[in-house]
Parts: sequence; structure tokens; C-alpha cells
Amino acid sequence: MQYSDAVHEHFDNPRNIGVIEHPDGAAEVSNPACGDIMHLTLRIVDARITEAKFKTMGCPAAIAAGSVTTELLIGRSADEPLTLTRAEVNEALGGLSPQKVHTSALAEDAVKAAVRDYHRRRAG
Amino acid sequence: MRHVYLDHNATTPVLPEVLEAMLPYQREAFGNPSSVHHYGRRARVAVDDARDAVAEVLGAPASSVIFSSGGTEANNTIIKGVAQARREHGRHLITSQIEHPAVLDACAALERQGYEVTYVPVDEHGLVDPQAVRDSLTDQTILVSIMAANNEIGTLQPIAEIARLVRERGILMHTDAVQAFGKVPLAVDDLGVDFLSFSGHKLYAPKGIGGWYERSPAVLQPLLHGGHQERGRRSGTENVPGIAALGKACAIATGDMEAERKRQRQLQQRLEHGIRERIGEIRIQGEEAPRLPSTTNVAFAGAEGEALMMSLDLQGVAISTGSACSSGSLEPSHVLRAMRVPKPYLHGALRFSLGRATTADDVDCVLDILPNIVAQARGV
Repeated sequence: MQYSDAVHEHFDNPRNIGVIEHPDGAAEVSNPACGDIMHLTLRIVDARITEAKFKTMGCPAAIAAGSVTTELLIGRSADEPLTLTRAEVNEALGGLSPQKVHTSALAEDAVKAAVRDYHRRRAG
Repeated sequence: MRHVYLDHNATTPVLPEVLEAMLPYQREAFGNPSSVHHYGRRARVAVDDARDAVAEVLGAPASSVIFSSGGTEANNTIIKGVAQARREHGRHLITSQIEHPAVLDACAALERQGYEVTYVPVDEHGLVDPQAVRDSLTDQTILVSIMAANNEIGTLQPIAEIARLVRERGILMHTDAVQAFGKVPLAVDDLGVDFLSFSGHKLYAPKGIGGWYERSPAVLQPLLHGGHQERGRRSGTENVPGIAALGKACAIATGDMEAERKRQRQLQQRLEHGIRERIGEIRIQGEEAPRLPSTTNVAFAGAEGEALMMSLDLQGVAISTGSACSSGSLEPSHVLRAMRVPKPYLHGALRFSLGRATTADDVDCVLDILPNIVAQARGV
């Protein structure tokens, strides 16, 4: 499996690993086919994402996708519809192979679920 | 940075003596073994000598050894060639769920042509039950193909016992011995097999050379037709340098097989004990089964195999994952699934495969690096 430089770079130095205590939005999503799990927590201030942390049990592409997703998220609006897509994650990683493109979908699912969680918390 | 290569089941470096043995046939002794002049005769002698050396590893007559481009061609020729030759007798084959793709995919190709294939399961140790093979035999069965040693976990299958039950019924028995060849005793009469495939590049010879053993009189339709080389079994001008190299590699393997096996067994124990002492929640796959001394497949709960492999690579240690994720499939290894490995140990499997050049220092180097890498991966 050959990876892009961007994947290697994020895998070697992943950004924003960990868990935010008392997050404003949180989600854990998984891909049962390959066993990848992504956990994402967000800090949201005035409807803007100010902090994002991830944890992944997954392959290098999944880790890189988690890392780049947190980078892309910080500073964005948490209003729906969400602007972050799997295509954007995929592009930021220099284009994942067909076998690994599902990791960007997992990242998008995690973001959607965490933002949904944020809105649910606010509504509740 | 220290570089440690522990991926000998993927391929091995060509030994310097082996390289020396093949070079004359790339240079001045370039003749075609089929030529009658002295160039040809010298090449023919090299091929004959190498055939003797291969035959000695197998305790077989030299005439029963056929050279090919490697293990994949050998497996394909035997499986498809027997199916073709015996199609009037029946259209059923038996293999196991943990075979190499060169066997599984050849069988799948036959299924598409109307043959029926039974894939016998393995137990939790990764072993085929000979009785399960016997229970699968029908009056339509023409070939049973079970690997000698598994490439992912190293388990040694009870080939002799299986072959006895299969041949009792007058059915042909093949073993894919690519990983076992030259590493553990493989006398074909003790095993009782009719066909056995082997490969050069797993045994310190170059890529592109291998072959098979066939018990005479063999029932086999050749895959390649042409110039009648290899007694018509495998046409095509012989890969003389590769054949000479394989002969040399076999002579070396015959010379010190027992000593090398013991040496690697000690290193394997050092590695496995060391991992167990340093890291919790691990599982050595097939630990209870007889295994190749060179192969350790170990899974780390809560860590993903490919991420571990890449982290080790960054620190100079070359291994491979036990998970097929790296080979482009989302599914975990078909071998580990067939063993019904518990889920936490399905995605974090690493294969360490030792070789002739592996030292205790190499093992200790891995043991120094690995705990941190696993802890990091578990923490991501």
C-alpha cells in the first residue's frame, strides 16, 4: 500500500490527538468492515469550532484522515449544513487510493455525528 | 539508524554464495541448455546439478523435479493441470481456507469452469484436521491441496497424515511447500505427497525461479506448451542462472538445516518471550501449533497492524501485517478469520519472519522499539 506524502506526514506527526474534556460535541463512529474506529470531540464557541481532537483505532490512512480533519475543522462554523466533506479530506491527503478512500468517509461521518451531538446538546 | 529486516516470508536476500553461483550463467556460460555445442552443454550441466541439489532437499529422484518461474506457476500448473488431466474421473477438489492466494485463486478459477471445491476449515490453532479432509472426499475428488506451512502464521500442517488418508482412496495429494522448503525436513516419501511446489526467493535465491516435485508417473496437463523443456511439463528456455542459484541455495539449506532451525527457534522464543514480558494484551497466533521457527504472528489489542508496521518502518524495522488491509482489502486476513481469532486480535496482527542473517541483536532492537510503538498506537 503506497501512501501520499501528505498521509505520511500526518501519520508521522498527527495533529490534535486526544479527547477534549467536557466537549460541546462528541461522536464515535466505526467501519465494521475494516474495524476502524474514530472518536472526535469538539469545542464550539459562538457556533464556531475552536478546538477539535481525535482518537483513531485504524490504519495509517485513518489516522491521517483524523488528523487532517481536526485541522480543517478548527475555525469553521458549526452551523448545519456542514461544509466539511469527505472529498475535502481526501484532497487534503493528496488523494487516497480506492481501497483507503473509506477512511475519509469515516472522518466525515465522525464530524457529522459530533456536530449533530452539539446541536442536540444545545436543543436539550 | 539500525536496519532490521524481519520479513523473510515475503522474500529473502540472495546469499553472496548464491549470487556467485549464478553469475557465470549470466556472463560467459550463457548457453541454451538445449544447444548441442559446448556453450549449451555447460548450461545443461548447471541445470542437471541444480536439479540434483533440489532433489536432495526432497529426498526425491532428480527426474521428478521440474523448474518453473516460481511458486505461483507451480501451484497453478499442478491444480489446473491435474483438474484438466483428470476431468473425466471427477470434478471435485479439496483445499483449506488458509491457503496462499496462488492456490485459492487457482481453485476459484476452476470453480468458474464448473469444478467443485471444498475449502476445509482450520481449528483455532490454524491447523487442518485430517479427518475433516477425509470426510470431504467423494468419488468425484481428483486432488487435495494443503499447504505445508502457512505464510502468515507459520503453522505446519499434518501433511503426512492427510496424504495417507487421501492416497488410501487413490486420490492425488499436493502440498504448497513454498514457505517450508529448505527450512524443515520435507522428504516426499515421508510426506506421501504426489506434488509439492517450491520457490527460490523464499530460500535466498532470486525471484523468478521455483518449481515442483511430481511423483512418477504424474498425471498433469502442462500449462505452458512449446519447446518441450522440462520433459514437456514446462516449456520455455530454462532460467539457467536462476536454476543454478536455486541449486546452490538448496545445497546450503541441506548443509545446515538442523542447526539453522535450532538457531532460529531460539531467536523466535527470545522474540515471543520478550514481547510477552513487555507488552500486555497480545496474542501469538497459532502459538500452540507446530510452527516454522522463522514465523511469529502476534496481534496487539487496540492497535491497528498497518499503523504499527509503518511506525516500525520509520524506526528501521521491516515487517509485514497479518491483516490483508495493506494488500488492498478491507477485510482482515482470511487466515486469522478462518482461525476465528477474537475480534480485538484481528486487526492488529504483525508478522515477524526471521532469516539466516537475523541475530539476537536484531531481536533485541525490535524488543526495545516495539513497546513504545504499541503504546503510541493504542493512545491515538
